[in-house]
Amino acid sequence: MKIKFMLNDRSQTWHTEPGESLLDLLRRHHVVSVKKGCDGSTCGVCTVLMNQKPVLACTVLAVRCAGEHIHTVEGLADEVEKISEAFGIEGADQCGFCNPGIALALYALKAEHPEADAAEIKQYLEGHLCRCSGYQSQVKAALRYLGEAS
Amino acid sequence: MKVVNQYVPSVDGKGIMLGRPAYTDDLAAPDALIVKVLRSPHAFAKIVAIDTQAAEALEGVELVLTHKNVPRKAFTRAGQGYPEPSPHDKFVLDTYVRYVGDEVAAVAAIDEKTAQKALGLIVVQYEVLEPVLDFESAIDHASIIHPEEGIREMFPTGFEPKRNIAAAYDMHVGNVEASLASCDVVVRETFHTQAQAHAMMEPHTVNARMDYQDRLLMYSSTQTPFHVRRILSQALDVPISRIRVIKPRVGGGFGGKQALHGEMLVALTTLRTRKPAKMVFTRQEVFESSYSRHPMRIDIALGAMKDGTLKAIDCRILSDTGAYGEHALTVFMVAGSKVLPLYNKVDAVRFGGQVVYTNKTPAGAYRGYGAIQGNFALESAVDMLCERLEIDPIVFRRKNMIAEGESSPIFEIMGEGTEGTAMSMETCKLDTCVSRGLTLIDWHKKYPRQTLPDGRIKSVGMAIAMQGSGIPYIDMGAATIKLNDDGFYNLMVGATDIGQGSDTILTQIAAEVLMTTVDRVIVYSSDSDLTPFDAGAYASSTTYVSGNAVLAAAEKMKGMLLDEAARALGCDRELVRFDGATFTADSGENISLSKLSNRLYYNEDQQQLTATASYVGTKSPPPFMAGLIEIDLDPETGEIDIVDYVSVVDCGTAINPKLAIGQIEGGIVQGLGMAHFEAVKYTAQGRLISNDFLSYKIPTQRSVKNLQTEIVHSYEPSGPFGAKSVGEIGIDTPPAALANAVYNATGVRITSLPITAEKIMAGIAAKKGEQSL
Ligand code: FES
Ligand code: FES
Repeated sequence: MKIKFMLNDRSQTWHTEPGESLLDLLRRHHVVSVKKGCDGSTCGVCTVLMNQKPVLACTVLAVRCAGEHIHTVEGLADEVEKISEAFGIEGADQCGFCNPGIALALYALKAEHPEADAAEIKQYLEGHLCRCSGYQSQVKAALRYLGEAS
Repeated sequence: MKVVNQYVPSVDGKGIMLGRPAYTDDLAAPDALIVKVLRSPHAFAKIVAIDTQAAEALEGVELVLTHKNVPRKAFTRAGQGYPEPSPHDKFVLDTYVRYVGDEVAAVAAIDEKTAQKALGLIVVQYEVLEPVLDFESAIDHASIIHPEEGIREMFPTGFEPKRNIAAAYDMHVGNVEASLASCDVVVRETFHTQAQAHAMMEPHTVNARMDYQDRLLMYSSTQTPFHVRRILSQALDVPISRIRVIKPRVGGGFGGKQALHGEMLVALTTLRTRKPAKMVFTRQEVFESSYSRHPMRIDIALGAMKDGTLKAIDCRILSDTGAYGEHALTVFMVAGSKVLPLYNKVDAVRFGGQVVYTNKTPAGAYRGYGAIQGNFALESAVDMLCERLEIDPIVFRRKNMIAEGESSPIFEIMGEGTEGTAMSMETCKLDTCVSRGLTLIDWHKKYPRQTLPDGRIKSVGMAIAMQGSGIPYIDMGAATIKLNDDGFYNLMVGATDIGQGSDTILTQIAAEVLMTTVDRVIVYSSDSDLTPFDAGAYASSTTYVSGNAVLAAAEKMKGMLLDEAARALGCDRELVRFDGATFTADSGENISLSKLSNRLYYNEDQQQLTATASYVGTKSPPPFMAGLIEIDLDPETGEIDIVDYVSVVDCGTAINPKLAIGQIEGGIVQGLGMAHFEAVKYTAQGRLISNDFLSYKIPTQRSVKNLQTEIVHSYEPSGPFGAKSVGEIGIDTPPAALANAVYNATGVRITSLPITAEKIMAGIAAKKGEQSL
């Protein structure tokens, strides 16, 4: 079946199969910033924004996206560059597999609660597993990004 | 120094966060066949019959592979120096399956659904065999896990498959028995460590295609692309010149990708069908069917005199390699060779034991590589000994631990499955690490415990550790630097960035020597066709080994540039000065690097300037560290809050301090996971239950409250710009530090990992029971 939705502010009409996840749909169309890290809803690397709210693309059925607004890092380059600068300064970049998902979460956090402190950031990012970092550099980078933004 | 030991953001962080195609699966052909594996439901069984007709007949299925139609040549999947110290005990597909999740057959189909459906159509008849699930009763068990012919060791490693022994090793210095007998105090204890999962976020991923020269082109999320190429060629009988392996960005490895996982089956699919093919492990497959850490039982005895002089260490280990013997001997040896020299002043030391096969997920390389297991036992036992001696454990460590200028006979005796290399510590700031760590955690105020107003107990614990910097005389790294027109450079390295930042730090080393900025040095890693050889990212080798190769290549390049500048300026080379951008003759005449390059490529004396250099270590200078933990423990529940972890590290001069701290902190948190809650569970039949992120918890943002990490001032003369490696050492101290803190809080000594609330409560209850008797 075909679904029509907004991806990164552009209208797309794509074919999908019943049962296909948004994650598989996006990757099939080479939106490769969205990663697959687990068999469902336990790692956070597939995070996208649906109507500006972070969701796990592996648990959202593609058909559910008809008429909705989906954003990935590809569509938010200006803001994501700022996040990546903060990551660079704090040495928070490692393998990077978790980074696009975290960037989207931080983008959403800035909209929701730009004054978030370290503890709140930790809580907000709890679902984003990262096996490389000790997490602390990510929190420092997040504080830097939120601080610069306000 | 302008670039090295300075703040430099990673060269690739931005592109990756922006989601540019970088990882193996991002680069798969869109029409790649999907390869799926039928995995064994039994821990140990013989395949009596296998019927693939229905699967083959299914529309969309291109190929079904079973033991009947694949080459049969034993190999090891372990990516390590060749000939490998790991036994060749694995076949592409075999008539035996040796753990739940082992490969029975593979299907290649046009899409995932079809592949999955085809797996269900394969009919297998098994003769189920009695599995060996308890590694402590594996030796001479009635079931022989590797009864088959054609498997072998590459050189003597103690391989006795008929007894379920994958490797064995023994060494001693002095007379341990006599020395222990003469000691005032001897402690003996047995420790157990678990099969920690790597849980890197990017699952094992591989894809292949035939290129336009009809060669096999593979993208692999591997730590060791050159070993992958060699092993594929050997096992599949394909000339090595017909294989190209590209390692793109890798989403974490930690040793788990120091091996071949899907590569064999995907390569075979593409070779047979001539079509592109790919495989991405499911998370369950990553847990169940890749690698884990070797679980160990460690029996350790320490003997000391009343004055606090440590006299003897006796350490016997039984290690569980699971179904295949990958990294069996070498991980085992590192549990001694990169642990015991910490206390180098003993009269006698003995180390030995066996590595056994079991019907469990194979164990392989994992950050720390034995050292974390050994460290848990040794550093726990040291605290136990101090209590018996009534000596402060800090005072004891300071008196007995290794120091700068000193050595240990172990370095010469124990190497990579063979003899080692004698060396003395040109840098060892362990003493500074300890003192600085005590200050940062405010040890003297908190040691051993305080009761908090809410009834919880605050306590501290610590451990010291060492690791290595590559494998001397075996593992080689090489680098090529190419000058381009306009005067920028390409740096080609076989070294594999797997997220540790090696592309960045190797670029920094080249930029420093060439007196330029990192944006003028474009790094590329790694491609078996294009980049020079490198053994790969393991054994904490990249900064030290590959870094030294880059340093030498850059110096060569600088020499070539000076020659060409002298020719262009018409003067002697000795009279030319170079500042990274401009060459100036003593006459004052000058030429810019950009002009010189354009002259070389377009105008005069035309030639390509390329410099290649290689490096193989003649020693493996250990990084050292002190790790100190502060916990709040609830004696009613056994719950632990990790309040702070202090790491003070001597890794020589850090090439990139922020990235080095990232390596240390990542290691600490991974080590805390192993120390505290990463629990591995099997059913009684040998099926891994902890096979997803719900049943196997890894640390999250909220697992640790605070980390304090410092790198002490240190300069290793043999390292590039004074650097040693730092990839592994962070993981080593948390188990012992936590065990010691729990003891300081409760008087309960936990000797098996992970140190859970249940074990603490059981210990407290047992203690109360003892007291009321
Ligand atoms: S892929 Fe892991 S949460 Fe979606
Ligand atoms: S950086 Fe590797 S998983 Fe987060």
